[in-house]
Amino acid sequence: MNAEPESGSSHDDSRRTFLKQSSLLTALALVPGPVISAAEAKLDERVAESIEQVPLSLKVNGKKVKLSVEPRTTLLDLLRENLHLTGTKKGCDYGQCGACTVHVDGQRVNSCLSFAVMHDGREITTIEGLASGDQLHPMQEAFVKHDGFQCGYCTPGQIMSAVACVREGRAGSEGEIREFMSGNICRCGAYSNIVAAIQEVKKGGQKV
Amino acid sequence: MNAFQYIRPTKQQAAIDAVAKDPQAQFIAGGTNLVDLMKRGVTTPQKLVDINRLPLAKIERSTNGLRLGALALNSAVADDKQVREKHPLLALALNAGASPQLRNMATVGGNMLQRTRCAYFYDTTMPCNKRQPGTGCGALEGVNRMHAIFGFSDKCIAVHPSDMSVALVALDATVQVSGPKGSRSIPFADFHRLPGDTPEKDSNLEPGELITAVDVPDGPFTRHVHYQKVRERASYAFALLSVAAALDLDGNNTIKAARLAMGGVAHKPWRLTAAEQVLVGKPATEETFRQAAAVAMQGAKAFKHNAYKLKLGPNAIVQALKTAAAA
Repeated sequence: MNAEPESGSSHDDSRRTFLKQSSLLTALALVPGPVISAAEAKLDERVAESIEQVPLSLKVNGKKVKLSVEPRTTLLDLLRENLHLTGTKKGCDYGQCGACTVHVDGQRVNSCLSFAVMHDGREITTIEGLASGDQLHPMQEAFVKHDGFQCGYCTPGQIMSAVACVREGRAGSEGEIREFMSGNICRCGAYSNIVAAIQEVKKGGQKV
Repeated sequence: MNAFQYIRPTKQQAAIDAVAKDPQAQFIAGGTNLVDLMKRGVTTPQKLVDINRLPLAKIERSTNGLRLGALALNSAVADDKQVREKHPLLALALNAGASPQLRNMATVGGNMLQRTRCAYFYDTTMPCNKRQPGTGCGALEGVNRMHAIFGFSDKCIAVHPSDMSVALVALDATVQVSGPKGSRSIPFADFHRLPGDTPEKDSNLEPGELITAVDVPDGPFTRHVHYQKVRERASYAFALLSVAAALDLDGNNTIKAARLAMGGVAHKPWRLTAAEQVLVGKPATEETFRQAAAVAMQGAKAFKHNAYKLKLGPNAIVQALKTAAAA
């Protein structure tokens, strides 16, 4: 098998016809990478034909998106796989860790535990939508300053939750912050620094 | 996850009809438990009827209390000014459950209808009469640390996981439901059921019936209340055992009225009416609370791994009552 990708991105019609006519396995063994992707895309479409697709309109990080999804697509998978917003992390995928936390109409939620279609017409904010241009959000600044992470995997969820925690008025004391951040697990144990970051933002009184 | 059809009716009757006529259809509201169950293959509905666009999210005054719409979010109820003033016990119980993110999704009706967290129910390779009737109970002879000490059967020893429901049963709430045969009211204490021979049924809802609201009557329990939740970490964990306690005290520290219920001990939120009667008319002292706790625990029976609940139960009751009295 030729591992070198073809130069250029377009494939001629004869190759597509060939793909349609031969078994996928044969095709996979013979064709270069980009063509395999094209074949897989076709396969996805064929399987999807028997599954209902539902139209969906969202505003994601201020941008309107219109797409069509299977009802079983979670909001998390939609963000990561369809919209390529991979800042939102898949940790447990069962609502136990909080790594997938995003804001829906300004409220923090676990994006792994809801179907994207249920959010039709809603406004979604992910970690990618928090900064304004090159200017980090105050909570992002504070996490950097206080070293509120080690491996960083839970960090987008922590930051989205932390912003909501301050907005909800639940950052009044260390105890209150710990209780109202309990939905975000950090297995590196950066909790004390996370609390310090949130306290600084709260004390700073900036608009979050 | 299995594929399913999805509809989002805007009329209550359309939603009820869709589920009533299709045994493979289910309502979905917050989805915090149902999506989890679907991912694991524990529940495999072929149609989901999304009820989130029905106008059932209001929290409002009713003739003699508060009416919580079935779609009111757990966070909205916990933060509601009227709830905090009139029913602080409910706010405490709600905030003891789940995490802020989950409370922003979970609804009043969905909280009541969440399934047990028994590990055998979730593990599709294990026997479970609740998940698959007739396969046996894995917990009976298995790891039963989290399981029931009251009201269980040889078919199921699972517990109901809701915190909110423990407060609502203590507060004498009433559940409003609508179904294919019309509307009816169910006293909260009769809403959930014991497992008996049919543990697959958690509640007394009929097929197609939809919870529309929960009514919480006004009462004197606006100050001396406490929700004592014992769990394996400080927050964001299901209860090993919990106690909802509410007292009405006169100027001499005598108990005029009392409400007591436990969570994490039975297949339904466990109201302790006999123990309440012990409290009424007595001074609000530890001695009184110990007497009530002893009555509350009558009939409790432990399995191999949950005998600790027989000691934890009365201690948690006493602690809850002491904290409530001092509040």
